[in-house]
Amino acid sequence: MFLHKTLLKRHSVLPGFDLALGFALLYISLIVLIPLSAVFLKTFTLTWQQFLDATTTPRVMASYRLTFGASFLAALLNAVFGFIVAWVLVRYTFPFKRVIDALVDLPFALPTAVAGIALTAIYAHNGVLGQWLPFKVSFTPLGVWVALVFIGLPFVVRTVQPVLEDVNRELEEAAATLGANRWQTFGKVIFPIVMPALLTGFALAFARALGEYGSVIFIAGNMPMVSEITPLLIITRLEQYDYAGATAIAVVMLVASFALLLLINLLQSWARKRQGGLA
Amino acid sequence: MKSVQSDRLGRRALIAALATAATLLGPATLAQKPVSLLNVSYDPTRELYVEFNKAFAAHWQKKTGEVLGVRQSHGGSGKQARSVIDGLEADVVTLALAYDVDMLSKKAGLIPADWQKRLAQNSSPYTSTIVFLVRKGNPKGIEDWDDLVKPGVSVVTPNPKTSGGARWNYLAAWGYALNKFGNHPAKAEKFVADLFGNVPVLDSGARGSTMTFTERGIGDVLLAWENEAYLSVKELGPTRFEIVVPSLSILTEPPVAVVDKNVDRRGTRAVSQAYLEFLYTPEGQEIAARHHYRPRDARVAARYASTFNVKVKLFTIDELFGGWDKAQAAHFNDGGSFDRIYTRK
Amino acid sequence: MNTAALPAKAPRAVAAGTAPRRIRAATAEAPWVRMLLIGLALGFMTLFLFVPLVTVFYEAFKKGWDVYVAAVSEPDALSAIKLTLIAAVISVPLNLVFGVAAAWAIAKFEFHGKNLLLTLIDLPFSVSPVIAGLIYVLVFGLQGWFGSWFIDHDLKIIFAVPGIVLATTFVTFPFVARELIPLMQAQGIEQEEAARVLGADGWQMLWRVTLPNVQWALLYGVILCNARAMGEFGAVSVVSGHIRGQTNTLPLHIEIIYNEYQFAAAFAVASLLALLALVTLVLKYLVEQRVKTQLRCDGDRSE
Repeated sequence: MFLHKTLLKRHSVLPGFDLALGFALLYISLIVLIPLSAVFLKTFTLTWQQFLDATTTPRVMASYRLTFGASFLAALLNAVFGFIVAWVLVRYTFPFKRVIDALVDLPFALPTAVAGIALTAIYAHNGVLGQWLPFKVSFTPLGVWVALVFIGLPFVVRTVQPVLEDVNRELEEAAATLGANRWQTFGKVIFPIVMPALLTGFALAFARALGEYGSVIFIAGNMPMVSEITPLLIITRLEQYDYAGATAIAVVMLVASFALLLLINLLQSWARKRQGGLA
Repeated sequence: MKSVQSDRLGRRALIAALATAATLLGPATLAQKPVSLLNVSYDPTRELYVEFNKAFAAHWQKKTGEVLGVRQSHGGSGKQARSVIDGLEADVVTLALAYDVDMLSKKAGLIPADWQKRLAQNSSPYTSTIVFLVRKGNPKGIEDWDDLVKPGVSVVTPNPKTSGGARWNYLAAWGYALNKFGNHPAKAEKFVADLFGNVPVLDSGARGSTMTFTERGIGDVLLAWENEAYLSVKELGPTRFEIVVPSLSILTEPPVAVVDKNVDRRGTRAVSQAYLEFLYTPEGQEIAARHHYRPRDARVAARYASTFNVKVKLFTIDELFGGWDKAQAAHFNDGGSFDRIYTRK
Repeated sequence: MNTAALPAKAPRAVAAGTAPRRIRAATAEAPWVRMLLIGLALGFMTLFLFVPLVTVFYEAFKKGWDVYVAAVSEPDALSAIKLTLIAAVISVPLNLVFGVAAAWAIAKFEFHGKNLLLTLIDLPFSVSPVIAGLIYVLVFGLQGWFGSWFIDHDLKIIFAVPGIVLATTFVTFPFVARELIPLMQAQGIEQEEAARVLGADGWQMLWRVTLPNVQWALLYGVILCNARAMGEFGAVSVVSGHIRGQTNTLPLHIEIIYNEYQFAAAFAVASLLALLALVTLVLKYLVEQRVKTQLRCDGDRSE
């Protein structure tokens, strides 16, 4: 009743709004919001200056550069190749296509620890791929980047695929009739349709990579100032019994993730409005 | 949640429980279970306590007729201490450094502040030291600490911020430098900085470093606990690695302690105390020596003299650093020497 | 809407007077482009997906079948399997119920703060597992909000099974909701309104109209939720306590034996999870075909 009156924008004949939303809110509060608030509350015990000190030391800044930087670059690679994979899966047929299509979701299903030890083994300097490469991968920022590409892979593909499938062939044919070559058709007709989905997929992969721990921690070198990821620094603070410092860094990461996700959802909302659905 | 072993013990425990009074068991909810202890320990002691627990359980049963199950938890020493502070119900802790056990007292009041005096030898029934593990044939000819700061030598050690073993490594190096440069702190810092300049990867724990060195083939020399080094050679092949003991090293004293608040609540004080005291008995010391820890008992030590390099000069943390509190503050806390070394890079 | 991939149609732009050459549709790329793209896609997938997957099984069986069987049947491994199953069996249904409730509210109604709610639902996806574990320690730990209340009453939350279940629930929280919401949004509210007109109450509507419409997406969400629940590492590692034979899930157990130099054994146990992942993928693929069909039917229907 209460929720009905205050939140609903438009009257609806469907029942169950209060119950559904009420339960959902209760569940979210108990499992997510209240525990998360513990992080913020703990951080509030710090003064502003202490907070800045804890979250902006050179070592922490280096970890932000690695975590955010590697995540961004990994999401970027996934955006490019994820798009190609989605295109190839939607538009072409080739042997083992179904297997490849199913395999795309492997990073979703495979535990991060398993991925971690496998990747570390492969790219170590005596590993199956590492031995052929002239540069080091395991224990360097490059290794971190590889792990993040792995776990972000499905996001772009799965977000772009349905939209690509929905692209109306008639639009492309119309463009061809009007004299566009394939590249022009792609650039001016197809790509703009797919772009919101691509952006969403990129942002999702980015957000996911930011938080990743299990697969990265095996392959990262954990050298301060060079190859330490931010979650590791949170743990380091904890080990030094500096709970408030740990939560301070956690707050920075949470705010960044939240902002990213809000952006994604706004993007999706905008994309949906463009296609004429419920906002 | 019980393992197969404790299921079997559970049945026998019921019979045993009828004989022994209920006063030996904890709150009513534990009435049907066998007596069980939780030993929260650090990483390298896994093998040691598998054997020790069996021996102590047999001894305890012979002595009191009670069936005992000892559960183990292993991890980085600091991480384990923190878990106990956060509520992991350890009956005993057997950690890598006294500083971590001190935290149980300071941060959570789980043990009294004078815990270390309650057992003999500063509550360290066995000791170890820091040695070098090198590849077979010692291709880089590493003999002592000076060789570690030479250019072209790659050193593997864990991160002192997260690993107790790494802190011992660090202080051993520092101690050597102090000794070499006549107690000059600035020169010692430069020495250790040069050493860390040769470190390619910092794992968060001692086992991680050992893996990096032995399995990933990284580095020319691993700074390791002596017992860990012996274990690596045994497990991974004496044809692959050898141990080099430096001229001077630190005497590492991993302490053990009963966690008062927990044992009083669970009613396991007597058995926990007996558990730790068993470490000091000849049988316990034998087991420790077999797992390459230096026993305190002189007779057992004499029997194992051939396995331990006794020529190495050992200094304690109290002698050179004034104890863990001072060492932690000067070197490993924020703004300490380790931070200085790393931000300068 | 023309969504099926049609075979190449007759070309529209054949210049008059030229000899017949290899024709292709105006809506198809040159063969070399096609080959290149397929090659790039396959190369990328092989490098980043296929090689790691094969490595797990290769390393698992490197030391032979006996070592493999011993690794997966030793008591600590078995109790890890048990604990992993318990965590999944509790967290997945809970998240399922939540997912349905949230999807119902979001897809069938318009209300203020919907975007905020969606963002909150997605939050566990990007929260680092370390933070996910940390928050429960802050709440339930000895130094946390409730202090020693739980321990004094002999209730073990953190460093025991309930804590592990909580952390697992947090991490797998969004999966079902995220699968249901887009589909239910695409399906709109007409069928439910029709049911209302015909006199159905809320539960009948849910059970007979809405859920059957999304049954495959629901299953899909449950499958993914389960896979993540069984494989979670970081968050569980923080709240576990690592008591051998008691509070170690499969991923934690893998880490432990990996650190004990038993690599073949670690990969052997890891291969169990990899197998589960593959089964998940197969199930997911089968279900996905149905979802696609459903979306297409609804798309046609709503025009």
